[in-house]
Amino acid sequence: MFWQQLANGVTMGGIYALITLGLTMVYGVLRILHISHAGVFALGAYAGVVALSLSGNLVVITLIAMAVCGLVGMLMQRWVYRPLMGSSRIVPLIASIGMFILMEDLFRLAAGPYVLPLPAEVPFGLDQITTSFVTGNQLIVLSGAVGLLILTWLVINHTRLGLAWKATEQDFETAASCGINVDQAVAMNFLLGSAIAGAAGVLVGFYYNSVSPTMGSVPAYKAMAIAVLGGLGNVWGTVVASVLLGVTEAFLVTSPVGLLLPRDSIAFVALILVLLFRPYGLFGRR
Amino acid sequence: MGLYQVTIAITLGIYLILTMGLNIITGYTGQVSLGHAAFFGAGAYASAILSVRYGLPFWGALPLAVVATALMGAVLGTVSTRLREDSLAITTIGVNFVVVSVFKYSSFFGGALGIGNIRYPSLFGRVLTKPEYLLVVAACVALGMWFDRRLVKSWLGLALRAVGQDEAAAQSLGVDSPRFKIIAFIIGTAYAGAAGSLYAHFMTFISPQDFGFPVSISIISMAVFGGLGTLRGAILGSCALGLAPEVFRPLVDYRNLMYGALLLLMMRFQPQGLIGDGSPLWERLRSLIAGGSTTSRVGEGGARHESRR
Repeated sequence: MFWQQLANGVTMGGIYALITLGLTMVYGVLRILHISHAGVFALGAYAGVVALSLSGNLVVITLIAMAVCGLVGMLMQRWVYRPLMGSSRIVPLIASIGMFILMEDLFRLAAGPYVLPLPAEVPFGLDQITTSFVTGNQLIVLSGAVGLLILTWLVINHTRLGLAWKATEQDFETAASCGINVDQAVAMNFLLGSAIAGAAGVLVGFYYNSVSPTMGSVPAYKAMAIAVLGGLGNVWGTVVASVLLGVTEAFLVTSPVGLLLPRDSIAFVALILVLLFRPYGLFGRR
Repeated sequence: MGLYQVTIAITLGIYLILTMGLNIITGYTGQVSLGHAAFFGAGAYASAILSVRYGLPFWGALPLAVVATALMGAVLGTVSTRLREDSLAITTIGVNFVVVSVFKYSSFFGGALGIGNIRYPSLFGRVLTKPEYLLVVAACVALGMWFDRRLVKSWLGLALRAVGQDEAAAQSLGVDSPRFKIIAFIIGTAYAGAAGSLYAHFMTFISPQDFGFPVSISIISMAVFGGLGTLRGAILGSCALGLAPEVFRPLVDYRNLMYGALLLLMMRFQPQGLIGDGSPLWERLRSLIAGGSTTSRVGEGGARHESRR
């Protein structure tokens, strides 16, 4: 029982990390609270459902969803965020909330208000490896999450692109004057972050075998809470905070506390408590 | 005016009080609050519980609800002084979610069923009719507007705006910004408390989902649509967006779509709002009123503009 709960919690943590990662990357470079990131996440799931007609293979549809979401994320940055760079913080934030509401409703109008299944096939029958405490599907979601996290880590720490992000994060003008193509760096940042959110969308849709227009509603704000908990802009803080939250939720929901506190408000209670003592989050500095 | 129109007018008045309160916090003082509905709810629940359980009449429950909500606002204000801008926006979302789930999961607040049988206000032993209640709401709106005008012209209002425009600069000139942030939260949430009390006694039944996060989004949309940081913007925004669902009844299915598109396009193309300071429409109106004699005075700071109205 304990191990099952732990496995559930860690799996949720992996999913949270994937959703929050793009958010915190965007915040790190642009200082924008990108609420519509959760819309991109839901878009990924829908792209996955559409891609099912091309191929049943989970890996293939995940890649398709990543491509679609990466592109849409980049367009958002080009069309919405870039023109708003000089304005006060609340302007892009509210634009982002508006965009998120718009996306949710577009999904509802395009695909109907009901839940769609996402019965992807897993290559090599990996979903059959079910032990007493971990299901095959959990293993797949987890390995997908870990793989993408490692990929992101490599990009951030071992490529020129990652270096360009770090420079841009520190100072836009200086980075540009040092010959960094800031515009391109920011676009790539959105591309990668959104693609990962798209992958998260497919994985969540597959894990629960359900895709619905409102699947982004709770992650939209919960991911924000996680990003702040982990220290906004801090990628590793985000991953740790995600897993901590996933595990905490899994254990609290089955405990007596779960009766008082619904699952989805645990993140916010944790957020408020942590911020009282550590205003920059668990792992934030400055 | 038929009963239908009276009902709508009362609803608009409540929206307007909410928007004026948020405008003081977010518009004047620059503290982004995405959880204003939590305070709306706090006012409504305080008033409802005082009235239903302790038998207090509306006239006693309203001021007590305002005080209770403002106290809650003071707590959030105190917390806000420790947070940087972006964390505050997220925290206020959190406050909204947590407050709603407290209402929903605690039996003291009536749980998911909410609280019913809230008494309609009565005066001199007679229950008020709806048009009479509208007068009560209108009086509250007028009081709120009067206070807002006084605030803008006062030193306190100037300090709030200074913090809103450039906190570091204000602080370097000796403005104690944490104190003014707390004051802004107290005043703004007091407005929300009054709106909540008026709402509870008007609906006579309240439940947790009346005060959820989408309501917060509606309130901030209203403030932003008209023009954040101006009273006229709050008035236009709450009336226009409050009426929209009534006027566009056939479009009720697309309501969220319209809200989202409106917010996105407004921010993208005209972040000052429809008639905010420096928006093209407002500049044109101003020069019309002044007979074309005044040249545009964009970016000169709001305080002087405001005091002329």
